[in-house]
Amino acid sequence: MMGKRLWSWLAVVLGGIYFLLPLVGMFDFSLRMQRGGYSFEAYRIVLADTQFQQTFGYSVMLALLTIVLGILIVVPTAYFVRLRFPGLRPIVEFITLLPLVIPPIVIVFGYIRIYNTSSILPLTGSWWGTNILLVFGYATLSLPYMYRSVDTGLRTIDIASLTEAAQSLGSGWARILAVVILPNVFVSVLSGAFLTFAIVIGEYVFAALLNVNSFGPYMVWMGGNRAYEPSALAVVAFAITWVCMGLIQLFTRFSKFSTVRR
Amino acid sequence: MTTSAAILPSAVRPRQALNWFGVAPFFLFALLFLILPTLNIVLGAFRNAEGQATLENLGKLFSPSIRAAFWISIELSLLTAALGCVFGFFIAAAITLGELPRWLRNAILTFSGVASNFAGVPLAFAFIATLGRLGFVTMLLRHWFGINLYGLGFNIVSFLGLALTYLYFQVPLMVLIITPALEGLRREWREAAESLGATGFQYWRLVALPILWPSLLGTLALLFANAFGAVATAIALTGSSLSIAPIVLFAQIRGDVLNDPHLGYAIAFAMIVLTAVANGIYILLRLRAERWVK
Repeated sequence: MMGKRLWSWLAVVLGGIYFLLPLVGMFDFSLRMQRGGYSFEAYRIVLADTQFQQTFGYSVMLALLTIVLGILIVVPTAYFVRLRFPGLRPIVEFITLLPLVIPPIVIVFGYIRIYNTSSILPLTGSWWGTNILLVFGYATLSLPYMYRSVDTGLRTIDIASLTEAAQSLGSGWARILAVVILPNVFVSVLSGAFLTFAIVIGEYVFAALLNVNSFGPYMVWMGGNRAYEPSALAVVAFAITWVCMGLIQLFTRFSKFSTVRR
Repeated sequence: MTTSAAILPSAVRPRQALNWFGVAPFFLFALLFLILPTLNIVLGAFRNAEGQATLENLGKLFSPSIRAAFWISIELSLLTAALGCVFGFFIAAAITLGELPRWLRNAILTFSGVASNFAGVPLAFAFIATLGRLGFVTMLLRHWFGINLYGLGFNIVSFLGLALTYLYFQVPLMVLIITPALEGLRREWREAAESLGATGFQYWRLVALPILWPSLLGTLALLFANAFGAVATAIALTGSSLSIAPIVLFAQIRGDVLNDPHLGYAIAFAMIVLTAVANGIYILLRLRAERWVK
């Protein structure tokens, strides 16, 4: 039995080295901008860069819009499928898994062909159109994660009884969804939302091919033109991913606590 | 929950037509932003510039440069999927069966969640900062051990460098998927095997692995698709110096290289076919695996 524990520790330690070294490397590199010592110079330059502020703010905006759109599409669908159309379930689940099967670069290629300036719906022709297309595209990319977390959330509550109760008190569908269902699956929606945020914030392929100057293309541009700043950006991006995943864990734990209390 | 429609008062049932408005936006959205764009590409792969049906585009896939790009992509995806499976399996086995402290197991699972999502551009930067010409590990090896990585022919902008980088999201994904399967191995099975005199090796070869193999192969297929579709990491790491299929398609769409959109369609179509086959295998094997591991 002693041998087993030894092997396990060996696997974990070797894995730990592989996974921690790049993090240490990127952090170390990001601090080396000034010769002869560690400093936060690279961070200072990045954070003060107006391009960074613009592209980052822009990507945050895109991520938030994607989350809102994702909730508006996914919550009613998951709800009605569970309550009224159980037969549609396999089809809807299949569609929500498609973005994992079709490579994102193919999806955006399709957008460029369908929504180009000479088509019926020339979305890529205008600034507004491109942004709308991008937000819908990101909602597509996050569909598998959003749908799964919302659907899991709906499974844990009795939506049929909640709906009947709300209807007997005179609620319409919009009100039931917004006031009864959404608050009950709020934690699941939030996990989907944070995952969406983590995916959208540094996304590159969609943005680059639709010629949008968001955080992803900005990072690639920095990577091609600067030495130390990219590492600082990578540290920032990694921190954002951690915060998103950490918040998901936190909220999930919080929801377990509240279920017990109820 | 499926019987709920019958329980509801009959007055609301004629409103079934109204319920369609609840799911209609989803189908419209999926049609416009997922299905039609993909169909457009698939159909385009079988048409020429005049709109006539042809197999000519697919034939162009077998030109030496495109074929080479697909081969490198397939090799890269297979290699990182296989290594990801092996290493991920060891780590998952260590945290589920290895009698390690509970906090370590939770920490590793949380980290896997983060690392499997830490792909794309920042991941490439992290590896350049670590194994690039002036990277942390490159310098460490040179100053402490006198090993000159780049003198030995290593380069982060290479097949090997890309494979090392891809493993950073492949291994954690394997850990996340296979841990529940390993937890589904019942203690009784092991005890039954041991009471019949089986050694640890025999237990794994004759009991555990036959139960796990659909999960293992299925995850291999998923990791393959995962690596095959990864574009941003490769572009940020190599620029466009390494010709793998998604990078060729990226350049094609941008119009940097050849200006033949129908060749682009064909490349995209081939990518869909490969990832669809890999995912199809994953789903089939997953269904098989769920028969046993519950």
